Amino acid sequence: MAVIEPLDLDTTASLVDPGKAPKRSSRGRLIWIRLRSTPRFWIGVTVVALMIIWAIIGLWFTHWSPTDQDLINSRTGPSGSHWFGTDDIGQDIYAETVVGLRKSLAIGLIAGPLSTLLSAFVGSFAGYVGGKADSVISWFINLLLVVPAFFLLVLISPLLKDKAWVALIFFIAAFTWMVMAQVIRAQTKSLRDRDFVKAARFMGVGTFTILRRHIVPNVASLLIIDATLGVVYAIIAETSLSYFGFGIQPPQVSLGTLLADGTSAATTRPWVFLFPAGVLILLLFAVSLIGDALRDAVDPTSGATRG
Amino acid sequence: MVNAPLLEVRNLSVDFPQNNSTVHAVRDISYVINRGEFLGIVGESGSGKSVSSMAVMGLLPSSAQVSGDILFRGESLLDMDDRKLSRLRGNEIAMIFQDPLSALTPVYTVGNQIAEGLLLHDKALSKQAAATRAVELLRIVGIPAPERRVKAFPHEFSGGMRQRVMIAIAIANNPNLIIADEPTTALDVTIQAQILEVLQKAKEITGAAVVLITHDLGVVAGNADRIAVMYAGKLVETGSVDDVFNRPHMPYTLGLLRSVPNLITAGKTRLVPLEGRPPSLDALPPGCPFEQRCPIAIDACRETEPPLLSIGSSHEAACLRAPEIAAGQLQAADVFPRPEPIPAADQAKVEGRTVLEVTDVKRYFTLTRGAVFKREIGKVKAVDGISFDIHEGEVLGLVGESGCGKSTTILEILELTSPQDGSIKIDGVDVSTLTKDQRLAKRKDIQVVFQDPMAALDPRLTIEDIVAEPLTVHNVSKADQRRRVGELLDTVGLEASMGSRYPHEFSGGQRQRIGIARALATEPKLLILDEPVSALDVSIQAGVINLLEDLKERLGLSYLFVAHDLAVVRQIADKVAVMYLGRIVESGRVADVFARPHHPYTQALMSAVPIPDPDAERSRKRILLDGDLPSPTDEISGCRFHSRCPLFKVLDPSLQQRCLTEDPQLRVIDTSSAACHHAELNTLQVT
Ligand SMILES: Nc1ncnc2c1ncn2[C@@H]1O[C@H](COP(=O)(O)OP(=O)(O)OP(=O)(O)O)[C@@H](O)[C@H]1O
Ligand code: SF4
Ligand code: SF4
Ligand SMILES: [Mg+2]
Repeated sequence: MAVIEPLDLDTTASLVDPGKAPKRSSRGRLIWIRLRSTPRFWIGVTVVALMIIWAIIGLWFTHWSPTDQDLINSRTGPSGSHWFGTDDIGQDIYAETVVGLRKSLAIGLIAGPLSTLLSAFVGSFAGYVGGKADSVISWFINLLLVVPAFFLLVLISPLLKDKAWVALIFFIAAFTWMVMAQVIRAQTKSLRDRDFVKAARFMGVGTFTILRRHIVPNVASLLIIDATLGVVYAIIAETSLSYFGFGIQPPQVSLGTLLADGTSAATTRPWVFLFPAGVLILLLFAVSLIGDALRDAVDPTSGATRG
Repeated sequence: MVNAPLLEVRNLSVDFPQNNSTVHAVRDISYVINRGEFLGIVGESGSGKSVSSMAVMGLLPSSAQVSGDILFRGESLLDMDDRKLSRLRGNEIAMIFQDPLSALTPVYTVGNQIAEGLLLHDKALSKQAAATRAVELLRIVGIPAPERRVKAFPHEFSGGMRQRVMIAIAIANNPNLIIADEPTTALDVTIQAQILEVLQKAKEITGAAVVLITHDLGVVAGNADRIAVMYAGKLVETGSVDDVFNRPHMPYTLGLLRSVPNLITAGKTRLVPLEGRPPSLDALPPGCPFEQRCPIAIDACRETEPPLLSIGSSHEAACLRAPEIAAGQLQAADVFPRPEPIPAADQAKVEGRTVLEVTDVKRYFTLTRGAVFKREIGKVKAVDGISFDIHEGEVLGLVGESGCGKSTTILEILELTSPQDGSIKIDGVDVSTLTKDQRLAKRKDIQVVFQDPMAALDPRLTIEDIVAEPLTVHNVSKADQRRRVGELLDTVGLEASMGSRYPHEFSGGQRQRIGIARALATEPKLLILDEPVSALDVSIQAGVINLLEDLKERLGLSYLFVAHDLAVVRQIADKVAVMYLGRIVESGRVADVFARPHHPYTQALMSAVPIPDPDAERSRKRILLDGDLPSPTDEISGCRFHSRCPLFKVLDPSLQQRCLTEDPQLRVIDTSSAACHHAELNTLQVT
């Protein structure tokens, strides 16, 4: 994400002629106007919204719960009773997928923004305060970047048991915020020298108020993009960790554990694997579309809309 | 065609198609430049000055739609093929830009870049000869030790020296026409004076005609033969400088001339503001583009756009009422009357307490190199022992060129902590004794207005939130904040209903008013104004200066007014302090210092300021300074001005010795003080 251009905060000012400025919209509106006319954005939003709704109400349409074992119909393909088929012990794949999606969505939607929040806070603080605090924080960020997060998780995962998925949220957030924090820190350093920040400081406005009022809103577009793409990272992280057995622990299900269970049968009974995999890919694809559209709308050099 | 003029522009129009509108940047302009003539084009930002001359150079972006004709010695440039055009561009027409750094290639030495131009246009020239000529050209444009400096890279040169290199490249092939677009806008006045001198010299040597684009009327008055005034993409008045400056016929020119502070008359009369701003170039009204700002507009002005009509020999103006102005029925003073000063009854009573007292403040920066093991490689004495005080209701103008330590000084004051060395007292209280809470409370009394009004306002906040920000620190209720913001906007001449808008919706002058409103929110006693008008168009400056004058009178404020423009300082300040390399070299009451400057630097600074009056300019004697400001890391023994001092040069060697060894301190001379050992011997004259 470090490739995002430093934001030109005055884009609107340079786009408009001074004489007609009052008629033009603020930068936020400009982004919205660009976003509105991007089909990718609407496709992504629609798909994500439908999937969230499905995750919430999906179990109403089936009388199977994910833990029920229909031993008579184990290892059968999709049918009127088991829409997505069943697995070795007769559990309904449809019900398991819905529940797994819930977990993946919850982890993604919480861990992504949480990581962004953390990077906004740490990055802007370090960049604004500078000096010793900044050096210490930078050192810490660099340390975290080289710590083998996966290895750590392998060590602690046996201790977590059925609370693993909550721990996983914090774990993923804790290991994905650093790069963005560095970006925010660099942006803050340049914002700190802007006159409006100096003015606020000389009025006696406190550090945290300055961060909240002046710094964070001015990097908000970066943060929104990061949070969106962070959702994707978090879901991928969760599924891959669970796939290898270090994330969500049975009997809890997530899309990752479903995939892990289904891999061995992928060739003989493909439904065990294909349905959860399809749902996962669709979700990732839709969220990426939103993130992508956001990035194009915010980065003025990428869009054809630039006047 | 031998008799054709050098350059003839006929009905030139340039349009830039946009998404759903078209920007008419230049509209149907025609002018002629004869051999050896010096034409000045003036106009405010966005009036089409640059676009019209880019069209002549064929340097417009491909999106531009050009119509009309441009004839160079009778040949049409618009029909010419690319090869011929680029040959012409190097040989016959040369261009000098505002920002020389971006016009020079960073990876080649300046010598190579000059030689390249020479070789490209004269295939017969040997490399050796080109190199020799490069040195010669650098000498002509006044680069010291040119044999050595040809091998330097552009970034090793200061802004002024780069501009000299640009001029050297421009005159390398003896062009017939030199177009200079704001060549001195980014430079300090003393350097500007040098560059203009070099430009004049280049013109003499090559016999070329010069087109100088600028927003500074003074620069035109002092250098050009003819002037063309542009407004909203149109030529609205042209003529000889004498005709136009002394007998302007277009109300815009009239207003512009009355709105600029003039170093000679500044401070004696109030400025005349020219309110409003030009119409948007993609939605022009049908009539005269100046109609909305014109105090003498009549109904007919709204219907048809007045053409450029002749008023006298080669003097033309585009105004329906120009004949009345010509006949003397409309006088400048009636069209743009001078605003009245604040009546005595409304003026705040001031007791003359000392609001700010700065004593012997120093601020050194150490330069370090290396990321892990930092080692000191030098020391910058940004502020090196300065003292001044400001009383209630008083304005102190702090002037000096960029890099002399003005900004460091005000930041030191604004921190409200004890300075590295020396002391700062606000309202008699030494800031180093303040506790955290007391310091916060003190911040009420001292507020700041920055130079660039766009950068000083957070683009994400509404005007109301911006102006209310200082109040949020001091526990003011939301309702009170809102009420106060309304009052403040009213005070600075904006409408309270504008509070919900965002900064980018305002013009430069309005934004600066918002910045001033914010600074006034806590009812401070002292405002620190850091170049408050230098980022504004000239026509807007007067309004802001008048506002500051009024506020001072009505509220009894004190200002520390930092500026590089001496005319503005003379207009608004009561006292002035001139800074050079971290020191105050002269200070006193404005009337005294400007009437009889004692320090040679003050004299040079004053004489470098262009005066928007061709007669005054012609009778002036200039004191030109040599070279640039020394590098701030240099250790200078003796007087820090001696490397450039014009008085030092004419002194007897026995007297020079003292300048070289002994650091002069401020001492009282007549009614002001100056830091020069030999001020009494100073017979240099300035006007
Ligand atoms: N490439 C372009 N595309 C669209 N509009 C342009 C382009 N170049 C210039 N303009 C517009 O043309 C108008 C005239 O611009 P120009 O640069 O000539 O002004 P100027 O008088 O030189 O101003 P300044 O004093 O700020 O240099 C402006 O409204 C500007 O926004
Ligand atoms: S034509 Fe009318 S509006 Fe335009 S400058 Fe002349 S009097 Fe003013
Ligand atoms: S002390 Fe000497 S060098 Fe310094 S300003 Fe005076 S004459 Fe010039
Ligand atoms: Mg220009």
